[in-house]
Amino acid sequence: MWQALYEELQGKRFTVIAVALESRGPITARPWIERAKPTYPCLIDVDHSIARQYNMINVPQAVWIDEDGRIVRPTESAGVTEGFRKMNPTTYEMPKKEIEEGAAARGRYLDAIRDWVAHGASSKFALAAADAQRHTPQFTDDIARAHATFRLGRYLIEIGRRDEGLRTLEAATRLDPDSWSIWRQMADLDTIGKSGGPEFWARVHALGSKHYYAPIDMPGEPER
Amino acid sequence: MTTIISGNAVRDVDARADGNGMWLAPNDFEAVTGFELKPEGFCRDAMCIPIPPNRAGEFQRGGAINISRFAELTRRPWVGSEAGDVWALEEPADARNDALQSLEAPEFELPDVDGTMHRLSDYRGRKVLLASWASW
Repeated sequence: MWQALYEELQGKRFTVIAVALESRGPITARPWIERAKPTYPCLIDVDHSIARQYNMINVPQAVWIDEDGRIVRPTESAGVTEGFRKMNPTTYEMPKKEIEEGAAARGRYLDAIRDWVAHGASSKFALAAADAQRHTPQFTDDIARAHATFRLGRYLIEIGRRDEGLRTLEAATRLDPDSWSIWRQMADLDTIGKSGGPEFWARVHALGSKHYYAPIDMPGEPER
Repeated sequence: MTTIISGNAVRDVDARADGNGMWLAPNDFEAVTGFELKPEGFCRDAMCIPIPPNRAGEFQRGGAINISRFAELTRRPWVGSEAGDVWALEEPADARNDALQSLEAPEFELPDVDGTMHRLSDYRGRKVLLASWASW
């Protein structure tokens, strides 16, 4: 997903680190990685530890981290729109308008990264400390408990206690219903493909006017 | 044998459960939580969390330490399996929020598809786009 950008910018002290929130592990991630042929690090996060540490709830989400290890843009949607919600669930066709807006959103996000790489802290896309703090998604007690419950459920499945593990993951989804990474990983661990099947579409539909991907708050972004 | 998932590890410990929660030997408690019980309270690095007055017996008995009461006191999620033989201990929401509000990107160590470990700090000196993805 990021290979072209990485090749363009890698000489400028920039890297992508792509983390697969993949409880099925390298066996599942490998074909995707080999197809993409990335030359930046692609890491496998079986336990969703990055989601836990950076308060991520979906893919793709991204964090911008500067050369000193400081966050200049905290966890947010990474150049995606909700256009897929207008997709025909049987033919997978998307309306032309949604395809164009999706491409435009991605283009804006990549341009923002380019600007940051070129201009560093003076880029209008790099957040000053107070703004970065304000943009940081907040943990609640329930979110923290959802992460503990996810770890327990995933481990139970790993040691062969599948039914209890899936029940435990379902409890995690009730604690943090906004986390799509927990729900979709649970669905995928239940049955490969379930994360994009009828239950997924029903859950997306049930959002109503709520966002699947929260809009990114960045100069040049339209109001959503 | 009780299995406890915490921090970056899964550990098997000898634990005793009673109506008041789960009791661990001090070395197991410290390995699992990162905290040591001292007269000042539960201590990690320079910080100590005192035990509420008159409640010492809920937290420590005959050398064993009650991890359930510790979790409750420190608002750590403490989630158990149906049989009570596997548990997960998480950092409290406040600690996670403080960590992110500091704007110091939390360190992690994860393998690539060949099993080579990579740390975020390995990439210090470069701008990093840390991006999540999944096959699902």
